[in-house]
Amino acid sequence: MADEKKIGAYICKGCGLGDRLNTSQIATIAEREAKANVVREHDFLCSEEGVAMIQNDIDNEGVNHVAICACSRRAKSEAFNFDNIAMSRANLREGVIWVRPDTDEAKETTQEMAEDYARMAVFEVNFMTPPANSGQSKGEKGILVAGGGISGMTAAVEAAKAGYKATIVEKSATLGGTAAQMLKRIPQHSPYTDPEDTGVSELVAAIEADDKITVYLNATITKTSGAPGRFSADISTESGSTVTENFGAIIQASGFEAYDANQLPELGYGKSADVIDQAGLEKLALEANGGSIKRPSDGKEVKNVVFVQCAGQRSDKEGHLPYCSGHCCLTSIKQAMYFKDQNPDIDTTVLYSDLRTPGAGGEDFYRSGQDKGVIFTKGTVSEVKSSGSELTVNFHDMILNDDVELGADLVVLATGMVPNGGVDIEAVPVKDEDGDENAAVEVSVDSILNLDYRQGPDLPHLKNGFNDSHFICFPYETRRTGIYTCGPVRRPMDMLQATEDATGAALKAIQAAENAELGRAAHPRSGDLSFPTFRMEGCTQCKRCTVECPFGAIDEDEERYPQFNESRCRRCGTCMGACPVRVISFENYSIDTVGQQIKNVEMPDEFDEKPRILVLACENDAYPALDMAAMNGVEYSAFARVIPIRCLGSTNLIWVTDALNSGYDGIVLMGCKKGDDYQCHFVKGSEIANDRMSKVADTLQSLSLEPERVATYEVAITDTERAPQLINDMAEAVEKMGMSPFKF
Amino acid sequence: MSDVIATNQTILVVGGGISGMTAALEAAECGKQVILIEKSPSIGGRVSQLYRYFPKLCHPICGIEINLRRIKANRNLRVISMAEVTSITGESGNYSVNIKLSPRYVNENCTACGECAKVVEAEFDDEFNYNLSKRKGAYLVSNMAYPQRYVLDSGIIGSDDADKAKAACKYDAIDLDMQEQSLDLTVGAVIWATGWRPYDAAKIQPYGYDRYENVITSLEFERLANPQGPTGGKLLRPSDGKEAKDIAFIQCAGSRDQNHLKHCSRICCMGSLKHANYVREKYGDDGKSTIYYIDIRAIDRIDDFHRKVKEDPNVTFTKSKVASITEDKETANPICHGVDTEGYNRYSNPHDLVVLAVGMEPSVAKDSFPIELVINEEGFIEQDPANGGIFAAGCSADALDVNRSVQNATASALRAIQVVNRTAGMEG
Repeated sequence: MADEKKIGAYICKGCGLGDRLNTSQIATIAEREAKANVVREHDFLCSEEGVAMIQNDIDNEGVNHVAICACSRRAKSEAFNFDNIAMSRANLREGVIWVRPDTDEAKETTQEMAEDYARMAVFEVNFMTPPANSGQSKGEKGILVAGGGISGMTAAVEAAKAGYKATIVEKSATLGGTAAQMLKRIPQHSPYTDPEDTGVSELVAAIEADDKITVYLNATITKTSGAPGRFSADISTESGSTVTENFGAIIQASGFEAYDANQLPELGYGKSADVIDQAGLEKLALEANGGSIKRPSDGKEVKNVVFVQCAGQRSDKEGHLPYCSGHCCLTSIKQAMYFKDQNPDIDTTVLYSDLRTPGAGGEDFYRSGQDKGVIFTKGTVSEVKSSGSELTVNFHDMILNDDVELGADLVVLATGMVPNGGVDIEAVPVKDEDGDENAAVEVSVDSILNLDYRQGPDLPHLKNGFNDSHFICFPYETRRTGIYTCGPVRRPMDMLQATEDATGAALKAIQAAENAELGRAAHPRSGDLSFPTFRMEGCTQCKRCTVECPFGAIDEDEERYPQFNESRCRRCGTCMGACPVRVISFENYSIDTVGQQIKNVEMPDEFDEKPRILVLACENDAYPALDMAAMNGVEYSAFARVIPIRCLGSTNLIWVTDALNSGYDGIVLMGCKKGDDYQCHFVKGSEIANDRMSKVADTLQSLSLEPERVATYEVAITDTERAPQLINDMAEAVEKMGMSPFKF
Repeated sequence: MSDVIATNQTILVVGGGISGMTAALEAAECGKQVILIEKSPSIGGRVSQLYRYFPKLCHPICGIEINLRRIKANRNLRVISMAEVTSITGESGNYSVNIKLSPRYVNENCTACGECAKVVEAEFDDEFNYNLSKRKGAYLVSNMAYPQRYVLDSGIIGSDDADKAKAACKYDAIDLDMQEQSLDLTVGAVIWATGWRPYDAAKIQPYGYDRYENVITSLEFERLANPQGPTGGKLLRPSDGKEAKDIAFIQCAGSRDQNHLKHCSRICCMGSLKHANYVREKYGDDGKSTIYYIDIRAIDRIDDFHRKVKEDPNVTFTKSKVASITEDKETANPICHGVDTEGYNRYSNPHDLVVLAVGMEPSVAKDSFPIELVINEEGFIEQDPANGGIFAAGCSADALDVNRSVQNATASALRAIQVVNRTAGMEG
């Protein structure tokens, strides 16, 4: 910033603020105590006129730091939207007058609350700088696609159609992946009655005809470094040559491995050549080349085929897959049609527990199967026996509630999809007999991306080895910014869904590359231009920031200093919270922007009987919950001072110890749900904060303070009753414990 | 609305539910100009009315909050509420769209202070709660409403209430003379994300939705479970306001049925499993759920949620399409009649409350689209080159759950970008 810092504080008198509060007193505080250079009150600050007043100060008075003392930062954001300045919001409406009763007794404490928030906002903005692009990105826009199956090919073709270059790296000798080994696919177009061509040859032709797409066959990615907008990948071919290319973003379409049906001896696999899996049947169907399908053992035409659904799936048995693979019911219907369409007299029976054919296309195709004479029987298969050339399927018929034997020429096991997600970087190290942890986890899989990230070579796995994301609203919320998985590596799926998924992933990759060039963050802090910087001279190389970053954004250099990769960063501030020597900060969010707010709450004398409770609330869930509580007229303690934070993970212990040392009587931290089903969009913020707070116990002890003075909670955005209650609980607890002795 | 700027490089998104929001945001965050229009006074759609999601049991409005923040921060994206498309003409890369803007009677001055609602007396059924409660004639759709502006119900226009509301507003935000307006836009591509509506349960005659008070829909149940809902989160049955503890969930209510909706609506099984979870959450071992089903479609990796519910001894799974429901006149308990097809046993089971897992019907009827599109028998828009620069997103494309809707909407955003980039000649 070339210009001198000039702070403007603007106090709104609308929405009852003027009636309930002494706003001129607030203005005086903003000016005298918080040292705002320009202070103005307005009857209706968000009006065109009010906004113009602020804009005029920015344009003509040199104001470049603005503190809006009005409603919540979640309200009227369109009005208070100024360029190239730093801005803070004091929440006097939802945060003060709406949560306090309009009574004479409450007037004094309500006014104190408002004065504190105004003072805090001015001090906060005083320590902010308008963020600007670091220029770290190189503006690469090409998309690297790992995998040349349906998902990878689709991603490349769709990215190219939008004008972006794409490079496919496929480890085998041909494009097409699993789909190329199929005769037909499940129909994707109305009327959804018959199997369709796989579409592989069209995709391959489109790729060959498109000069924006490059393909490397028999190739793998042997090293990936960089960040969105400046990825660099080594692509090595089987022949031993390696090329290095730059990319803007990456799509991982590494697909799946077929479940090893040898683990199902009870279903006859491996014992009889005529017990095959679905891939095995595709092979037979291709070999039949339009003629009748013959069974492997003796080449006899199949007259009676049984499909066993959920083979080794949806089961807790060891070696089985606990999940459903989603496509197998439709695939078996398709495969039954291979027989029926060829010869309606062939018996085809599908033994299932739940037939899963969702949507319009799914149900139409199921009905078409029934129309073609495919038999569907609800049953649990216990055994497939072979004697001579005959197979016998033993199952419990759930409808007849009877054990049934069914003869068959051929049995097809609908086995599941196992994600090909590369190295599980979070695998718990195995302890050997002496109880020592093995330094390296025994890994039998090859890495897909070979990331040179400090946190490991591949994307973190979620449950059952599938990659990001488990968020319902955000299927592409990756834990490695700029790298998106799609297809069956993300969740089990059929080709239609893989096509949609790959197209979506292509968009996200393009978006990541575009945003990286502009220095803009990906969601949830979309568009945020700030990024972490650190004072290297203060760093002790403790590595906490590099370990705790949920997005693998921070590497280490040879001297073990952190190396930030701005465009990998999602701006949660977990690194800032982790740093014991407080050298990490963002231009608009730092130890100081929050620390100054904490310090500038006026601390009443111990004998005033006015405790102060610091509330650090996650900006996405707890803070909106408190806002909505206010909209509902729920009241909470006038002694609370709520500060929104980006993520509970950004909470630095210094805030807590400083608050305790300066006389706060209680501290409430509100983050998101942690654990396996974590709801934190910064992955582990809540969990990390919880761990850090366990260390506060020592501080409390050294100060001879009760441990109950600091409480950490999981708060959901719907907790509009509970969140205020938690604050009131702390107020009550403080009343019982007595005031903190650390007031000065 | 003269300040709406659109060109043949603009993407129009029709419908502001989770799919439309996503498509609009994803395109805008790629740097494209996007206009998102929504028929109702607030965006958020059906997702904003849900209490929890399956299978994570997290809260949908958490995602809405993130998306709203993205919208507020993005200047490429313009949201227009109370707007409906009346016609579309033209071709890929160059469409003329006419939009009807209904009067809100509240302008952008509104601060959502709520003074107007305090003085208005007339009450109306609250659509947000599926009419299970009343709202004022001046109202905010929900606490999460965006735009965060009040609305005057057209039913109070011309009444004293309207004048009172106007008098109560200190910010000149109420304009009782607001009229319907028409807006013409030129856009390059259109994403159609008008979503779904619940199948009319009254049409399933044997289930007596229109005759028995204690037969409700899964969407209504979702509101009952919500602490912000009409009962403060208590599962109170409509007939007598008593807590319902023995609850039946009937799958395929209107779905997978030649007489009603032919398709499987995909979400209902998981929805009912989630509801069985609500029952456990509220009552512990005192609650009892019975799920009547044909197939439990807990598809792919979320099947573990199904298996967890199956282990709950208080949840009974009965493989049966319920034949009919009658009512015990004394207790107002609905009684489910049918045959358990696992073993062919007849049953007549009384319950405190029956919840119909109603199917998903496309919001826009097949013959009411403003331009000719390739639409399948079930009423969903097919992905077909004949549709030019118009792409379905979410439940306009198929019966999808939220996760797949968002995935599909993200894909649609790219398809629209391909069109406008071609228009812009940016390729190469």
